[in-house]
Amino acid sequence: MADTRYTKDHEWIVVDGDIATVGITDFAQGQLGDVVFVELPAAGAAFAKGEQAAVVESVKAAAEIYAPLSGEITETNPVLDGEPGLVNADPESGAWFFKLRIADASELDGMMDEAAYKAFLEAEG
Amino acid sequence: MNDGPLSQDSDQNLRRTPLDGLHRELGAKMVPFAGYEMPVQFAAGILKEHLHTRAAAGLFDVSHMGQLALVGEGVAAALEALVPADLLDLGRGRTQYTQFTNEAGGILDDLMVTNAGDRLILIVNAACKATDIAHLRAGLGHGIDLEVFEDRALLALQGPAAAAVLGRHAGAAVGDAPFMSMLECEVAGAAAWVWRSGYTGEDGFEISIPADRAEGVATALLAEVEVEPIGLGARDSLRLEAGLCLYGHDIDETTTPVEAGLLWSVGKRRREAGGFPGAEVVQGQIADGPTRRRVGVQPEGRAPAREHTEITDQAGNKVGEITSGGFGPSVGGPVAMGYVETAHAVAGTALNAVVRGKPLAASVVRLPFVEHCYYRGKPAA
Repeated sequence: MADTRYTKDHEWIVVDGDIATVGITDFAQGQLGDVVFVELPAAGAAFAKGEQAAVVESVKAAAEIYAPLSGEITETNPVLDGEPGLVNADPESGAWFFKLRIADASELDGMMDEAAYKAFLEAEG
Repeated sequence: MNDGPLSQDSDQNLRRTPLDGLHRELGAKMVPFAGYEMPVQFAAGILKEHLHTRAAAGLFDVSHMGQLALVGEGVAAALEALVPADLLDLGRGRTQYTQFTNEAGGILDDLMVTNAGDRLILIVNAACKATDIAHLRAGLGHGIDLEVFEDRALLALQGPAAAAVLGRHAGAAVGDAPFMSMLECEVAGAAAWVWRSGYTGEDGFEISIPADRAEGVATALLAEVEVEPIGLGARDSLRLEAGLCLYGHDIDETTTPVEAGLLWSVGKRRREAGGFPGAEVVQGQIADGPTRRRVGVQPEGRAPAREHTEITDQAGNKVGEITSGGFGPSVGGPVAMGYVETAHAVAGTALNAVVRGKPLAASVVRLPFVEHCYYRGKPAA
């Protein structure tokens, strides 16, 4: 059973073995508005946790997406280039951004689960 | 994620327009803009609001803009001392776009001036309202009275269905009014000043009404099947596609009307005679050509090139900067405008927009990106 974690930057992470799939939450897409372009990293690129890994552009503004974990990009979502609006339509499944091979599993410690993220959103209010 | 400039936290000191309650009822997302809490979008979102305005009709609240009147003997001549437009020949009921200029020929604000018979009515930008009023008081001299209408709302009804919709609430005469004219009539029972104008490139109207009638008029117009409420987000993408300048971005104190491509708004008599602040600079640029010009910039890929994006030539030298840029919903891709050195300002010139450190291919294009659909009056019989 895959395990979903969340960051305070409104990213979700599904961990399956040593591979993390990363996207943005429904709350995040709602804040961004209509997404018109997603710039994804190249496969093979390595990021430290917190480094800018992707950019999502809405009709309003550009937003930076940070690598939630250190690791190397193994795959990016090929659908987003031609269909960036999928980020609005299906943010927490079909519109995943990239997969990365986790370099340091201890970085997952203390990350929010779904209940904690919901509480975080309510507190942000 | 970093949110953009349109999603800052709201501030307790912001002013509210007479339609504030209606916006909230309609599910608007409110943001601070020019000292006001304004709707950036409604439930449909910017993309759908933009496309709806071009397909049918959109209703915008622009009550944050300044509504002023000037009265007095020789008022047109007095205002000509501050702007480069020909106002002496502005016919009754006609409207002229112009700019307040400074001694360097830079633009302090852009505005609409209407000859309303016994007075001139001025519509100025919200962010410049206070400085414009001070500038007018200092520059007009004795004998000209300035009235500031704090108790009026301003609505814009824009789109191909605007004339049919307004005709149902204001009588058929509004449909015959040509672009850049004003008439006084009732709209949904309220005494209104109605202009055939707007800032979307579409046919449409701007409607000034007493603040206490604003909600009733807006509700009546929104009840029409063609009309949806539209926020500032779509107002920005519509005016960008229409190639229209946004003050503080595409024009400011450092850009002249000549550089900005606004020479059409400088009266022919004024080009010769001058008599406005910075006239020598403007005349010099008319004679010799400006060193830079505002142009349309079309990025080739999908990535938007936003404000402050550097523009480089093929060799990588900086030749300009984007002043407005984003995604054009009607174009279906990125659109931008900015200033480039005159040698690079010819339509078709291949340039680069440097987005996040990467030079992306772009070309200079003629403005507007979407053709204007203004109503110029009935064809001669």
